[in-house]
Amino acid sequence: MDLLNNLALGFSTALTFQNLIYCFLGCLLGTLIGILPGLGPIATIAMLLPATYALPPIAALIMLAGIYYGAQYGGSTTAILLNIPGETSSVVTAIDGYQMARRGRAGVALFTAGMGSFFAGCVATFILAAFAAPLSQLAFKFGPAEYFSLMVLGLIGAVVLASGSLIKAIGMIILGLLMGLVGTDVNSGVSRYAFDVPELSDGIGFVSIAMGVFGFAEIMMNLEQKEKRESFLNKVTTLIPSWNDVKRMTPSILRGTAIGSVLGILPGGGAALAAFGAYSVEKKTSKHSAEFGQGAIEGVAGPESANNAAAQTSFIPLLTLGIPPNAVMALMVGAMTIHNIQPGPQVMTSNPALFWGLIASMWIGNLMLILLNLPLIGMWVQILKIPYRFLYPAILVFCCIGVYTVNNTVFDVYITATFGIIGYLFFKLGCEPAPLLLGFVLGPMMEENFRRALLLSRGDFSTFITRPLSLGLLVAAALMVVIVALPAIKQGREKVFVEDQ
Amino acid sequence: MKIRNQQDFAAGFMYIVVGLFFASLATGYQMGTAAKMGPGYFPFCLGMLLAAIGLVVLLSAITKKAAEVKLKKWDLKSVIWITGAVVLYGVLLTTMGFFVALITLVFVSASASHEFKWKGTIVNALILLIFTYLAFVVGLKLQFPLWPFFLNN
Repeated sequence: MDLLNNLALGFSTALTFQNLIYCFLGCLLGTLIGILPGLGPIATIAMLLPATYALPPIAALIMLAGIYYGAQYGGSTTAILLNIPGETSSVVTAIDGYQMARRGRAGVALFTAGMGSFFAGCVATFILAAFAAPLSQLAFKFGPAEYFSLMVLGLIGAVVLASGSLIKAIGMIILGLLMGLVGTDVNSGVSRYAFDVPELSDGIGFVSIAMGVFGFAEIMMNLEQKEKRESFLNKVTTLIPSWNDVKRMTPSILRGTAIGSVLGILPGGGAALAAFGAYSVEKKTSKHSAEFGQGAIEGVAGPESANNAAAQTSFIPLLTLGIPPNAVMALMVGAMTIHNIQPGPQVMTSNPALFWGLIASMWIGNLMLILLNLPLIGMWVQILKIPYRFLYPAILVFCCIGVYTVNNTVFDVYITATFGIIGYLFFKLGCEPAPLLLGFVLGPMMEENFRRALLLSRGDFSTFITRPLSLGLLVAAALMVVIVALPAIKQGREKVFVEDQ
Repeated sequence: MKIRNQQDFAAGFMYIVVGLFFASLATGYQMGTAAKMGPGYFPFCLGMLLAAIGLVVLLSAITKKAAEVKLKKWDLKSVIWITGAVVLYGVLLTTMGFFVALITLVFVSASASHEFKWKGTIVNALILLIFTYLAFVVGLKLQFPLWPFFLNN
């Protein structure tokens, strides 16, 4: 009954005219961002953060949330039509989605992605609403040792399900952790690794690293490849799938939703992880597994549902435990802090209108997105017809503007340029940048919790193993490493996951 | 000893260098004890860990079982053009203002493409200029130095 009351409160908050406008704006922006390669939800949210100062907190969060899962929808459109994943989690969709497009089934693929995402979004929002309360009870059992172990689990989880060499990915994580430590140490006030540069005293900006390593480096790599972008936009014919298609996609959607909902909750989980996991499951359980890689509809339905479900449930650790599970959520934490809201277990009790309003707006947002995307596909793809030689200067412009507005200093622009070169270096050395980013976000928090845990245990390292919850998390992390070391899965992982070449 | 996997060898080498760099700088900060950690403790541990991982990656690149992977060629032209365009934008933004910086950015970065065309780039630059001005400066009220320094009083 409480749940219904809370939902009523939530809907009444979310359905105000102002909040609806911001929800729509967020979804629209998010879809555009998702479609535009190189500019991800991270950069957009970073750019819009200062603009949200003026908005009331609920509206700001609703808009930012709309951008986030709007980007999921938009990213799949470019992935299917042009084999350009608009953002990381669409990489998996591109594998079979693009193949479907080449066979003239782009319309069906787009429809599948949309419906799968919508269904998953609804279910995941419901899970969020129903289980938010019990999860926040769990939050009180988490001391610093548990937080630390949870972050270890999250980081290992992200590595293990990524492609490429496991050990190099762990190296990237640690590199990210180290970069996160640049700046003034919170505990002691000592300035670390800043070399007396005043702009570094707050640490390296996340947006700088993200845009440099992903945006700029990506452009450099694309230029070097000089590839012609084919488009099958003429072949977007019917949107309606056949009855056979529907029969095949339904179980995939259900499985994808389940996987995405679970993985989204884990820190270090998130949309990309969920998408990849769903693809592997679909491939293993499908009767048509030979079709995968050639345009199997399950290969689009599963991952798309998973990444949307994960996008929704990734709010759970944020709202209930205060831990941002991925880079985008970390920015949401920033947004909440700006509005003087401390994310954590107490948000539910101290600010129920905000909490339930956000949840209600997620469902509304999903509805808006399906209405935006399906009929307007024709319009979206006009943007995609822009030749790359015009597109990438535009990407650069947006990135440079975005980076500058974070701190209003050009120093950030220089840092981003440096990370562009570094990102290019990583690509040449076969090192993946994504684990680095996750390590960067979690680094300072890990150190703080590590410190606190040892302070509480008076220097006793066994505290991480003697506390049951912490031990459980560390064991899960170890298990994940073991699973990946098994050659069978390792071989499957390399075949399945195709990151940019 | 043949370097079979050049990529991993270089990557491992990079990890070792970076790890040792962070660790050695960390010794300059107070270490403290486990119970009362100083600022140097965590970075030192991480730096050494990274160096150790680098060593493992490096060694794995020269074992007989390593896959033969050559280092990919570098396309310095793209790197320099794009990086240069961005740095130029940074320099110009504070001296010559937003409009000049943006136009320069578009032209310099577009020149890096082998498909560069003057007319298209001019149109592109103008569209971007108008759009970003309306969206970011007017719409979102973000602060930018718009005009060159000698036009400000």
